[in-house]
Amino acid sequence: MLKIGVFVCWCGSNIAATVDIDQVVAAAKLQPGVVMATGYQYMCSENGQSLMRKAVEEYKLDGVVICACSPRMHEATFRKNAQRVGLNPFMVEIANIREHCSWIHKDKEQGTIKAIALANAAIAKVSLNAPLISGESSVTKRALVIGGGIAGLQTALDIAEAGFEVDVVERQATIGGNMAKIDKTFPTLDCAACILTPKMVDAASHENIELITYSEVESVKGFVGSFKATIRKKARYVNEKTCTGCGLCMSKCPSKKSKNEFNLGLDNRTSIFIPFAQAIPNVAVIDPQSCIKLTRDKCGLCQSVCEVKAIDFTMQDEIIEREYGAIVVATGFKPIEVDAFDELGYTQNKDVITSLELERLMNAAGPTGGKLVKVSDGSHPTDITFIQCVGSRDCTSRGKEYCSKICCMYTCKHAMLIRDKYPDINVNVFYIDVRTPGKNYDEFYRRAVEDFGVNYIKGQVGKVYAEDGKLIVQGSDLITNEQIFIKSDMVVLASAIEPDPSAKKVASMLTASIDTNNFLTEAHAKLRPVESPTAGIFLSGVCQGPKDIPETVAQAGAAASKVIGLLVKNKLVTSPCIATTDELLCSGCSNCFNICPYGAIGYEDKLINDHGIRETRRIAVVNPALCQGCGACSVACPSGAMDLLGYTNKQIMAEVDAICKR
Amino acid sequence: MHNNNLKDEVIRISGASPIKCMKCGKCSATCPSFNDMEIAPHMFVDMVVKGRIEELMASNATAHCLSCFACVERCPRGVEPANIIEAIRVIKLRKSGSVQLTPAQIASVIDTEIPQQALVSAFRKFRK
Amino acid sequence: MQEVKEFKPNIVAFCCNWCSYAGADLAGSSRLSYPADVKIIRVPCSGRVNPMFILKAFEKGADGVIICGCHPGDCHYNTGNFYARRRMTLLYSMLDYMGIEKGRTRVEWVSAAEGAKFSNVMNKFCGDIKELGECVKLGDIRCKD
Repeated sequence: MLKIGVFVCWCGSNIAATVDIDQVVAAAKLQPGVVMATGYQYMCSENGQSLMRKAVEEYKLDGVVICACSPRMHEATFRKNAQRVGLNPFMVEIANIREHCSWIHKDKEQGTIKAIALANAAIAKVSLNAPLISGESSVTKRALVIGGGIAGLQTALDIAEAGFEVDVVERQATIGGNMAKIDKTFPTLDCAACILTPKMVDAASHENIELITYSEVESVKGFVGSFKATIRKKARYVNEKTCTGCGLCMSKCPSKKSKNEFNLGLDNRTSIFIPFAQAIPNVAVIDPQSCIKLTRDKCGLCQSVCEVKAIDFTMQDEIIEREYGAIVVATGFKPIEVDAFDELGYTQNKDVITSLELERLMNAAGPTGGKLVKVSDGSHPTDITFIQCVGSRDCTSRGKEYCSKICCMYTCKHAMLIRDKYPDINVNVFYIDVRTPGKNYDEFYRRAVEDFGVNYIKGQVGKVYAEDGKLIVQGSDLITNEQIFIKSDMVVLASAIEPDPSAKKVASMLTASIDTNNFLTEAHAKLRPVESPTAGIFLSGVCQGPKDIPETVAQAGAAASKVIGLLVKNKLVTSPCIATTDELLCSGCSNCFNICPYGAIGYEDKLINDHGIRETRRIAVVNPALCQGCGACSVACPSGAMDLLGYTNKQIMAEVDAICKR
Repeated sequence: MHNNNLKDEVIRISGASPIKCMKCGKCSATCPSFNDMEIAPHMFVDMVVKGRIEELMASNATAHCLSCFACVERCPRGVEPANIIEAIRVIKLRKSGSVQLTPAQIASVIDTEIPQQALVSAFRKFRK
Repeated sequence: MQEVKEFKPNIVAFCCNWCSYAGADLAGSSRLSYPADVKIIRVPCSGRVNPMFILKAFEKGADGVIICGCHPGDCHYNTGNFYARRRMTLLYSMLDYMGIEKGRTRVEWVSAAEGAKFSNVMNKFCGDIKELGECVKLGDIRCKD
């Protein structure tokens, strides 16, 4: 019989307030195998850990149960501690009496009874534990970044600088993402293109970075250190290697009526096009939906004018298969559709626009060459009204419950830029709260009010309607307690942002978890913000939650450093909690082989000595490098030959026993 | 005066959750009888949270709500201000001793400027 | 008059390590209470839950057993929760045959971000089990320790 020690943590008053520690200790001492039990204020502190080490040596313990916080918090801490005194780390079990007990039960009697049951379950489990030895697996020294916006590019550049190869897969025909569409950036007002395009060029010219644009990741298999990704490179109908980006084809293309996605449909583009002037790769792409040659087999003008013969209408999608050690998700965001806010009249009035559309209207490379004009008639506006929180902090089905975080600052930036460039334009901003946490952010907002004369109105807008060629904005001013009507030429909606629609698919593909808003979940809200709970998957940028550019860049760098920390290792320690076969029981039926999601199970003909009968049998064999320890095979096995180390059938049954005992 | 019993009753009758209010003022922005109400819809919500129901009952503002439900439709937090106002109107009426209005009584409780819609909506509700 | 003792059901919850166990942790750190009758067993995946564990639980005196896993399509191991769902569907009919009410076993999907859902599910399940009362169908063969 194992000699088991039980340590009950007070966690200050976190546990001790609703669980009677002494009773738990006394109850534990009655359990078979328990040779010592004690309580301590903070088990995770150095003193607590040394208490555990001393007890292991003094009582020659073979197993340890810690009744404390969630194993997701400190299991690793205590297992490492066990290793320091020569106890196999897998002989330590945690009873979660904080998150699952003391924090949710107010009644001390009930809490204590439950804590005792949980402790008994852990004691029952540990008495069936066996020492386990971790295995090793190799690391493919190459990273995949999904998304080529500022987040993806920064991550890729940082990884590449450390000397590892990176592939950036971008769905659009050019890298750059949302930031490429932005005019100026807050709070310094430097132009987005001036800081983004050099980064794009750096990424394109870096020897360790390969940009795979106009492509999507189709499937990912494998696990940390050795992922296998299938990437679909969509047919561009233009040879990327030979096209020089001269633009002659664009000037000749007769199909000019497609909405220009880059300018958010504010102007039109040709069917063969380069998304924007600084696009990388600076290569044309043909839109197969509108191209006359591809839809009706006529035209082909571009092909005849192209001097380098880069256009190929027979091009097919290409499938690329690559191996990676780590994957970074940087799928970014999109502004929500504001059509549902019919009181704001976005679909009825051309002069009601979103903030991102305003960015394009103010951008020197935009559809108006940077001249701010009314979309409806091209005339100069004299009154512009901004409406904040359109769809943010909105519990209804029209919006998002969260704060989109960036809108207060960009609206402030827009208001300031307009007042700076056109002092004759009156600018009003309807706000609920102005949220400006960040270095130099509130100062920026105050400058807009004090130096640039932007009129901030605390209240919301109930209705926007056209009257006599003007838009009337009907809103409340909560400071003066009035209902006000403001005549405007343009109304700008600060639309909420949401994760890019691809995020959900990507998350499922990588088995990385997402929250109810489709943002990817981090492994720990405070301590592991750039890692997904799935090993080897990292998060960069807005896919994890709303952020502005400085925060995105910081997080991108953090994700890169985690990737580098992984790729620099030659071997990874694998969890020893994997499936194992009892050769005497295995009948070679292939049930486990069929259910295994990793292809980790194979078959071998082995000479078996079954109680004196020696015969060759077909036996299931688990590949420890591939097995991830899900345990599906152990349930599928009809003869009970398959079992999962660390969570064996006997162990779980023992836990059930301990819990159900009345 | 803070009266939590009355507050609970308002919440029970209306089925609304005034505590969800984030004080954006969209209800008042959209209210067609804003200028006729001495207490605006957003103040109604806030005063219910604070338990100042007697003041609301004393005010004539409840009679001016058109029950057009624009505030309910547009509230980003699902607070349902119109239902809160309606609940106060109902409590007021019950305190006065009658559960429903007869056409003869209408003239005595309202002034002449109240729009038709309010009358219709009041009938619709008090019939039950 | 003898005081009627309040029925305290015995409920076993199998939670997958990646979603539901973390969801239960979140319920804890958000202080969202649910009855102390629920005791959680950590398993790597809902697909690890052998129907034998559930039968064992009923045999040993559980009044209800709930399995919580990742949402369909979000399983950390790709497919484990689908197998769990199918197995449980089969087990329902067997339990029914054995005379154990269908409401005593349940499969729920709770993600790591759904602390509130975890607490709601447990409150609901406990309420349902309280209504069903003590599970006595396997009582005569229940092991007495």
